[in-house]
Amino acid sequence: MKKLLFVVLFAPLLVFASGTELHLDKAPNKSGDLAALQHGAKVFVNYCQNCHSASYMRYNRLRDIGLSETQIRENLIFSSDKVGDLMRIAMQPAEAKIWFGVAPPDLTVIARARASEFGSGSDWLYTYLRSFYRDDTRPSGWNNLVFENVGMPHVLWELQGQQVLGEDHKLTLAKPGNLKPAEYDALVADLVGYLQYMAEPVADTRKKLGVFVLLALAVLFVFAYALKREYWKDVH
Amino acid sequence: MNAKMTALLGWVDARFPLTSNWKAHLSEYYAPKNFNFWYFFGSLAMLVLVLQIVTGIFLTMHYKPDASLNVSGVPVAFASVEYIMRDVPWGWLIRYMHSTGASAFFLVVYLHMFRGLLYGSYRKPRELIWLFGMFIFLALMAEAFFGYLLPWGQMSYWGAQVIVNLFSAIPLIGPDLSLWLRGDFVVGDATLNRFFAFHVIAVPLVLLGLVAAHILALHEVGSNNPDGIEIKKKKDANGIPLDGIPFHPYYTVKDIVGVVVFLMVFSVIMFFIPEFGGYFLEANNFFPANPLVTPPHIAPVWYFTPFYSMLRAVTVNFFWIDAKFWGVVAMGGGVVILLFLPWLDRSPVKSIRYKGPIFKSAVAIFVVSFFILGYLGMLAPTPVRTLVAQACTVIYFGFFLLMPIYSKLDKCKPEPERVTE
Repeated sequence: MKKLLFVVLFAPLLVFASGTELHLDKAPNKSGDLAALQHGAKVFVNYCQNCHSASYMRYNRLRDIGLSETQIRENLIFSSDKVGDLMRIAMQPAEAKIWFGVAPPDLTVIARARASEFGSGSDWLYTYLRSFYRDDTRPSGWNNLVFENVGMPHVLWELQGQQVLGEDHKLTLAKPGNLKPAEYDALVADLVGYLQYMAEPVADTRKKLGVFVLLALAVLFVFAYALKREYWKDVH
Repeated sequence: MNAKMTALLGWVDARFPLTSNWKAHLSEYYAPKNFNFWYFFGSLAMLVLVLQIVTGIFLTMHYKPDASLNVSGVPVAFASVEYIMRDVPWGWLIRYMHSTGASAFFLVVYLHMFRGLLYGSYRKPRELIWLFGMFIFLALMAEAFFGYLLPWGQMSYWGAQVIVNLFSAIPLIGPDLSLWLRGDFVVGDATLNRFFAFHVIAVPLVLLGLVAAHILALHEVGSNNPDGIEIKKKKDANGIPLDGIPFHPYYTVKDIVGVVVFLMVFSVIMFFIPEFGGYFLEANNFFPANPLVTPPHIAPVWYFTPFYSMLRAVTVNFFWIDAKFWGVVAMGGGVVILLFLPWLDRSPVKSIRYKGPIFKSAVAIFVVSFFILGYLGMLAPTPVRTLVAQACTVIYFGFFLLMPIYSKLDKCKPEPERVTE
């Protein structure tokens, strides 16, 4: 009887169950791991920043992740850009649209934009970058499980190798790449960690500051409450 | 020094009603001594208003209402927000204060309105306070709607597109009206610039005027209280209400406690979860506005979702007019009907403390259906969800339209002579 009541009471909640499910792998947390973020930055400028800009981000902001301006200039800037410049690219959006069908989006805040009820933006990116597979029906020869009919080819294929989609809707590595699967996952994790950092460089600062602000407010509360009690003693 | 200050004050008072206003509105404004938790939200709403104005002023110094694309193919308006987040010293803090403040404003205003509903604060002689308050709520909705376009993200863009398109459902003048509002055939640069003008000056001016009127009307008739009785009926020899205490210092020191607690909650959100799981800052709004890509699911921010649900709940054409128009009528009616509350409540008592079981149950059902409507407004519609939304919409309107009947039928308890507690 109790069970029946339970079912009747909670049946309406099923109304709210979502239709399409997207399974995302949890991205490892890299915040504060400077070595990982620096590695991610290196992967980003080498593999992503040929087609994708990060046009709200300045190169010298990367001092946040423990790099000096000289290190940034010598290792991460391949164009004539100055260290204080925005991380732009040479490719024009209008031309890119003709070449790829859609202009590659700016990636500065992509880790915030891809958040959904299925997981954080990092989870989405971490799963996406590991879900490319060969598909000869696509112009680029690649498709993606997370982002169907994506315009981007698998830029990291030399590292990961080539996956194929099986009958069971699962991906298998048909041709291994230069990295072992675990190494590739670690590389993607660092890259995603960097994208997460770049989406909100101030994230760590704000959390640290928040602790102090809350402590200050807690102290203020003690005094404010004492003041109130003192005044209200004579209200009956 | 003291004598000089007194002389200076006398000089000012001979020319400006400083001391008399100080007394009338603070040190000799007698408020009931039994205000409870619910009475914090009026002063908090004022605090958030000031916060929004001050942070807003600093944001306008760096924000650019410009829909054209920069060399990287990103709209200038969108890029200027990220510029504030990265390159403006403390810009991120000011921006998060403003974005968190928007949701906080609605939160405290909803709680403030609910307080009025609980204790009958809209009843005679406070009808005008309620009306001014409702106009503040309307202005606030406009302010939030205009402001939400400014970051020029996907949700900004398509939210504005959907809402402005609603006007096109009005028979005859609709299409021309929505074109006139947008200033273009789609939401574009003209729309962004006029929304900016409305957001930073037109609506704030109206808001400030209405807030002044709201408080002046309140101080004319005096505050209600959780018992819903008039403290002015029982006065001492000096004409001071027996259950009244001067607003300053008693309620100023009490409200400071409320402010500190509020700021703590505010800070937890602003410093640790500024997106609030996508409810305060929607993830999709981190994509720049793109007129060519319609998002699969367009949902307004949480504070509009109950009314958005009512809009979508109407799926039947009446007479020869499209269901969309009646949806707009339902949404608008959902807000407007609140204006009539002072004349719908026919109960002999004001406060819920002395109202009977019918009114108490009605309020409970109303609150539940309002929450369900708000929740459904965030989700994509399905046939079952629409059915639930329709039922809740009927309950919402039934709560108000049937109030003249059930509030009279209810078995109320007698009100006390003096305030309790």
